[in-house]
Amino acid sequence: MTIMGTPRLRKEDPKLLTGEGKFIDDIHAHGELWMGMVRSPHAHAKIQSIDTTEAAAAPGVHSVYTGAELQEMGLWVAPLPCAWPVTEDMVNPPHYPVAADEVRHVGDLVAVVLCDSRYGAVDAAELVEVDYEPLPVVASIDAAVTDAVMANTDISSNKAYSWALEPDPEAVDAAFAAADHTVVGEFVQQRLIPAAMEPRGVLAIPAPFGGDITFYTSTQVPHIMKVMLAATTGIAENKIRVIAPAVGGGFGAKLNVNPDEILAVTLANKIGLPVRWTETRSEAAFSTHQGRGQNQKIEIAADANGKILGIRVHLDADMGAYMMLLTPGVPLLGSFLYTGVYDVPAFGFTCDGYFTNMTPTDAYRGAGRPEASYAIERAMDLLALEVGVGPDEIRRRNFLAGGEAFENLETASTLVFDSGNYGPNLEKALKLADYASLKAEQQRRREAGESKQLGIGMCTYVEICGLAPSRALAGLNYGAGGWEHAMIRFLPTGTVEVVSGSTPHGQGHETSWSMIVADKLGVDPDDVHVLHSDTAHSPLGLDTYGSRSLAVGGTAIAMACDKVVDKARLIAAHQLEANPDDLEFDGGMFRVKGTPTAEIPIQGIAYEAFTAHNLPDGMEPNLQEQVTFDPENFVFPFGTHIAVVEVDEDTGGVTLVGYTAVDDCGPQVNPMIVQGQMHGGIVQGVAQALWEEASYDEAGNCKNPSFLDYLVPSPMEVPNMVLDSTVTPSTSNPLGVKGAGEAGTIGSAAAVINAVCDALSPYGVTDISMPATPQKVWRILRDAKGGEA
Amino acid sequence: MIPAALKYVEADSATAAIAALSEYGDEAKLLAGGHSLIPLMRFRLAVPAVLVDISRLDGLSDITDAGDHIAVGALAKHAEVESSSLLQSEAPLLAHVASKVGDPSVRHRGTLGGSLAHGDPASDLPAAVLALGGSIVVQGPDGERVIDAAEFFTGFLETAISETEIITEVRIPKSGSAGWSFQKFNRRAQDWAIVGVAAVLGASPKVSLINMGLTPLRAGAVESALAGGGSAAEAASVAAEGTSAPSDLNGDAEYRDHLARVLVERALDEASS
Ligand SMILES: Cc1cc2nc3c(=O)[nH]c(=O)nc-3n(C[C@H](O)[C@H](O)[C@H](O)COP(=O)(O)OP(=O)(O)OC[C@H]3O[C@@H](n4cnc5c(N)ncnc54)[C@H](O)[C@@H]3O)c2cc1C
Repeated sequence: MTIMGTPRLRKEDPKLLTGEGKFIDDIHAHGELWMGMVRSPHAHAKIQSIDTTEAAAAPGVHSVYTGAELQEMGLWVAPLPCAWPVTEDMVNPPHYPVAADEVRHVGDLVAVVLCDSRYGAVDAAELVEVDYEPLPVVASIDAAVTDAVMANTDISSNKAYSWALEPDPEAVDAAFAAADHTVVGEFVQQRLIPAAMEPRGVLAIPAPFGGDITFYTSTQVPHIMKVMLAATTGIAENKIRVIAPAVGGGFGAKLNVNPDEILAVTLANKIGLPVRWTETRSEAAFSTHQGRGQNQKIEIAADANGKILGIRVHLDADMGAYMMLLTPGVPLLGSFLYTGVYDVPAFGFTCDGYFTNMTPTDAYRGAGRPEASYAIERAMDLLALEVGVGPDEIRRRNFLAGGEAFENLETASTLVFDSGNYGPNLEKALKLADYASLKAEQQRRREAGESKQLGIGMCTYVEICGLAPSRALAGLNYGAGGWEHAMIRFLPTGTVEVVSGSTPHGQGHETSWSMIVADKLGVDPDDVHVLHSDTAHSPLGLDTYGSRSLAVGGTAIAMACDKVVDKARLIAAHQLEANPDDLEFDGGMFRVKGTPTAEIPIQGIAYEAFTAHNLPDGMEPNLQEQVTFDPENFVFPFGTHIAVVEVDEDTGGVTLVGYTAVDDCGPQVNPMIVQGQMHGGIVQGVAQALWEEASYDEAGNCKNPSFLDYLVPSPMEVPNMVLDSTVTPSTSNPLGVKGAGEAGTIGSAAAVINAVCDALSPYGVTDISMPATPQKVWRILRDAKGGEA
Repeated sequence: MIPAALKYVEADSATAAIAALSEYGDEAKLLAGGHSLIPLMRFRLAVPAVLVDISRLDGLSDITDAGDHIAVGALAKHAEVESSSLLQSEAPLLAHVASKVGDPSVRHRGTLGGSLAHGDPASDLPAAVLALGGSIVVQGPDGERVIDAAEFFTGFLETAISETEIITEVRIPKSGSAGWSFQKFNRRAQDWAIVGVAAVLGASPKVSLINMGLTPLRAGAVESALAGGGSAAEAASVAAEGTSAPSDLNGDAEYRDHLARVLVERALDEASS
C-alpha cells in the first residue's frame, strides 16, 4: 500500500467548487413541465371536494390532477413501498403518492398541477380549491400512545408494531433483582429536519418512442429506486433508467421512494413530456422525511462496583403519518447498540412504533444508532453519579473484553462484534483532551463562583455499519440484500474504468475508489475513472447508506482488482514465457523473479487483452472483472468523544469550547476524507444536542420549516476539533476497513449533553432534554437553585 | 419560497422613486438590499404588485461628516457602516452593531435605510440609532422632513414614513467620548438577537432594547433609573418594565425579561468601564 493511507485531495472538488457540478436543477429537457404541488394545510382531515377549474385555466397550465383522478387513471399498481415490515403483523395501511380521501400530515399531497414554468406551477397550485373536514390530530408520540385519537381513520390503534429483542428475559429480571445500583434514564430524541444542502428534486424524461424513461433524481439510491419504481408503477424495470447526478448531500433523507418521484415518472410516462420538480427549503419539512422521533427509557442494573449486570430498554418510536421505505426499521438498527461498548450479561429491548399526524420519519445520519448511543452513554453517566465514580472510570470498569483487544466477540445483543480495543482508545482521548487539566479548571471556576462554568462530557460509542450481510438483513425482515457490486475494466489505452454500485452524494467515493484501484493495480489514481449513480452504467448496486460504501463497495472493488491482476498475470506469464508463479507484480509491473529485464506493465497486458492477438489458449479477450461482495458480518467502528462546554449561568447560554475525538474505523484509505466525515458527523450530532428540533404545535403544524428558525449550526458555532484515531482492523472484510460516515454523529450528541449536565451537576441537575437551549438551561438552573436566577 | 408575479421598476433617483411610489400607491414597495423584503415575498407574506428598486441609485450611500453629526446615506450597506472609519471614531456603537448583523452576505446587501424602514423589533441597527439619539431624513412628494428616531417606530413593522416617502439619510449625532456597549444574545452567530441591548452613556444615558416589544424601543425605566442616580444593577433590575416581550421558539416572555435585565446590566457595566 502506498497511496492508501495518505491524505489526498478529492478529485471531485475542482468541479464542485467551480460550479461545474451538474445537480438536478442544472439539467433541463425540452418541453419540460413543472409539477406544482397542492399540499394539505391540515395535519388530519377528510377531503370533501376539490375544485381545479381555476387552476386548469391559469397561464401555462397543461393539466391538473387530484388524488382521486390519479387513482382512477391507474398510474400505479401498488402503494408506496415499505421495504422493512419489521413484524408479520405490522399495520401499514396503503399509502399512495397523492391522497384521494384523507390527508394525514401537513404537506400531504392532494393534487398536482403541470405547468410550463416553475412560478406558474406554484401560482396555479394556489388556485386549486380544496374543501377539508378537519379530523382530530395526533401531534406527538405521547398522544399516539394513548390511542385517544387515531392518526388514520383506517386503523384501530396508532400502534403499528411491537418488536422485541429479548434473548433471555429471565436473565434480565434476575440482573435487576440482584442489583446494588439501578439507574433509569428517560430521554427524548426530538425530530430533526435533515436539511441537505441541495434540496430534493426530480426530472423524468420519457423517450419519444418505445416507452423508455430516464429518471434523474437527487437520491442516494438509484438502484433501489429503479426496482421500486418498477414495482409501484408497473413500468417494466428494463425500461427505466435512473440517474443520480451530482447530489448535494443526503444524510439518509435521500434514500426514500417519495410520492413526488412516483408522480414524476408516471405522469411523464402518461403524457409523454418531461416532468420536473424541486422542493423548496421549507417544503422539504413536509416532502422529505425527518429523522429521530423516539421516546426512550433505559434502565441499568449494576453491582456495588458499578459493573453492569443487565440493561433493559423500551422505545416508543414516531413513524409519522406513513411507513416510508425503511421507517419501521430505523429503531431496530439501533436496538443492538443499547449495550454500547460494555460487557452486559443480560439485555432486553422492546420497541413500539406509532403512527402520528406528522411528516413521516426515516433514516437520518446514524439511523437508530445515534439514538442508542445517546441513551446508553447518558445512562452510563447517571450510573457513574449513582456509584460515585468518574465517567471515565465507570466506562473502564465495564468495557467489553476488559478494555483489551478482541476479535469476533459475541455480545448480549446477539451480534458478534468484529473487532475492538476500547481501553487504549479512551486513554488516548483523555490524554489528547488533557482531561486532568480540564477537571482542574472546572474545579477552579466552581470554587471561584464564576458565572461561566465548565462542563466536560464523554461518549465511548460503538456503531454497527457496513450494511451488510444479506442473511442478517433477512433475519430482520429487511426487504433487500446487503451486497455490493464492482467492475474493473482496463481500457485499451491503459486507463481504468471502475463501475461501482455504490452511490456517492458528497462523500468522495471517486477519490477513495481511485486510491484503492491505484494501489491494487499500480496505476496513477488520476488514470482511474469511476462510473456510478446511473443504472445504465452500473446496473447492479445497492447504493449508499449505513456507512456501507467502503466496507462493502470498496471491498468489492479491491477484490475485483485482485481478479484483474490474476488474469493479467496469466497473460503476462504467457507473453514473458514464464510460469505465472514466477511472476511478481509490483507498482503496475509484472516481472520474472530474478530476471529484472523480463518485465511488462499492466497497461501493456491490457492492450494485449484488447487485441487478443496473443492470449493463452481459451482465454477470453479484454481485461475486465467483476465481483459482488456480500460480507459475513457487519463492521463495528468505535471511538471516544470528549466535549467541553461553557455554560453561562446568567443567560443559560451553552458554548461548545472544545472537542476531542479519537475514532477507530480501522485502516483509513484517505485520512483527509475520514476527517471530513468526522467533522461533519460530529457537527450534526452537536446540532441535535444544542440547536435543532422540528417543533410541532398541537394541530400538527411544523413551526420551524425554514432556516429562519430551524437552527442548523454554522462554522461560527463549532470550535476547532482535535481529531485522532486508533486502528483496529475489521475481520469482516479483507481490507479490514470499517465505516466512518455516521460515527461522528453517533458519538457527539451524548458527549455534549453529558458535558452540559456535568456543568450543571453542582446544582443537582442530572438531565436536560435536547436541544439544550439557553432558555431550558436557565430555567433548569433557576429551579435547581430554588426559584431564583 | 416562490414569490408571486410582480412588476419591476428601477428608479434612478430618489425623485423617480417617489414618483413611482405616488403612481402605484400601496401596491408598491421599495427594494433596497432586499434582505428583509425578499424573504417575506418568498413566503408570500408580502405580495407587492410593484417593486421599485432603489438599490442602484447613486449618491445615497455616502457617509459624511456634517459637523455635529454623521450623515449616513440610506443605502449605505451594513458592511460600509461597519468599516467606516468616520463612524468608528465618531459613533463607534453604530459601526460595531453593523458588524454583528447576520452574516457577511447579509451585511453586503442589507442597508441602514432598509433596516430602519422595515422597523423589525428584532433588528439591531434601529436599536443603535435609538441609543445614539439619531434622526431619519425622509423625502416625499411634499419635500423633506426629519424624524427623531424615538418617534420613528410606530407599531409592529410600522414606521412614521408614509407610503410615498423614502428614507434618504440617517443622522447620527457624534457620541464623542461617551461610553457605549452593545449586547446581543443569540443562539448562532448569524441570528437575530433573542434579546439585545444598546447603550450610550452621554449626558443623558440612552438605552435601547431589541426584541422586547412590538417595535425597536428605548428602555424608559432604565433611563429614568439612571437619571435618578440609580446604579447599573438598580437600573438593570427594571429593564423589562414597560416592555412586552414576544414568545417564540427561542424564548418566552419571562425568559426575555430576564435576559433584558442581565444584558442591560452587562451593557451598563461595559459602557462605564
Ligand atoms: C439571513 C439573514 C440574517 C439577518 N440577520 C440580521 C440580524 O442579525 N440583525 C438585523 O438587524 N438584521 C438582520 N437581517 C436583516 C437585514 O439586516 C436586512 O438587510 C435589513 O433589515 C433590511 O435592509 P434591506 O436594505 O435589505 O431592506 P429591504 O429588504 O430591501 O427592504 C425592507 C423594507 O424597507 C423598505 N425600504 C428599504 N429601503 C427603504 C428606504 N430607503 N426608504 C423607505 N423604505 C425603504 C422596503 O420597502 C421594505 O419594506 C438578516 C437578514 C437575513 C436575510
